[in-house]
Amino acid sequence: MSLSDKDKSIVKGLWAKISPKADEIGAEAFGRMLTVYPQTKTYFSHWADLSPGGAQVKKHGKVIMGAVGDAVSKIDDLVGGLMALSELHAFKLRVDPANFKILAHNVIVVIGMLFPGDFTPEVHMSVDKFFQNLALALAEKYR
Amino acid sequence: MVEWSDSERKTIASVWGKIKVDKIGPQTLARVLIVYPWTQRYFGSFGNLSSASAVLANLKVANHGKTVLNALDKAVKNLDGIKATYSELSQLHCNTLNVDPDNFRLLADCLTIVVATSFRSEFNPAVQATWQKFLSVVVAALSSRYH
Repeated sequence: MSLSDKDKSIVKGLWAKISPKADEIGAEAFGRMLTVYPQTKTYFSHWADLSPGGAQVKKHGKVIMGAVGDAVSKIDDLVGGLMALSELHAFKLRVDPANFKILAHNVIVVIGMLFPGDFTPEVHMSVDKFFQNLALALAEKYR
Repeated sequence: MVEWSDSERKTIASVWGKIKVDKIGPQTLARVLIVYPWTQRYFGSFGNLSSASAVLANLKVANHGKTVLNALDKAVKNLDGIKATYSELSQLHCNTLNVDPDNFRLLADCLTIVVATSFRSEFNPAVQATWQKFLSVVVAALSSRYH
């Protein structure tokens, strides 16, 4: 389900609106993922504090959303643009790619909460497709 | 058997109590049909689903959204027997309606998103966790009689 020009324009338009709150969205989404899907905590057993408001959670949420923003700027070639990140996830982090969908769901929940008027069903569809393509690009180097 | 803490029972009852079925039901089903358009395969008799605005304006979609969401009431009122509660509905979806059970998961996800959009900061991580646990039990129950 590749991104049409309309999808790309919708995603870029939404990003322009939400990017001022990127750090907050990232922290909130990441924290929710750890709470709602506790199996995801297995990747962070080396962290002292996994509670939603914790410093490490907030910091990592910011890192994640930064990468999402970067992906938006590389929306015309996600596989090429995210090659290094894919290698990191494939060879070093070895995160099960099923978790990309889980994180995407939580980002979508938070966007919906913070921007209810902007997150119409049409926008939701394009964003869902974007995250699906992002996940595929991230999984590119896995095998 | 699914175990529910007192706090989880309270949370589920509270969230359900605040959900306006007549508003959230139609919004949720419309969102499923728009975000995951292949789900339209089950609604050939519903008329115009050709665009997002058509889906949102479609009365049959709206009415069916209410029907589907109202069916959740049984589970809320019977948290300790959700599987038995939906035994017949599960058979219906498998044998008569021939619905791929993955659709239950898509509907549950959309419902969570619509509820989050409506409740906003009230829908905190702990509430989301409990709500999603509840919906995953419902989804499992609806899938339980498939063969």
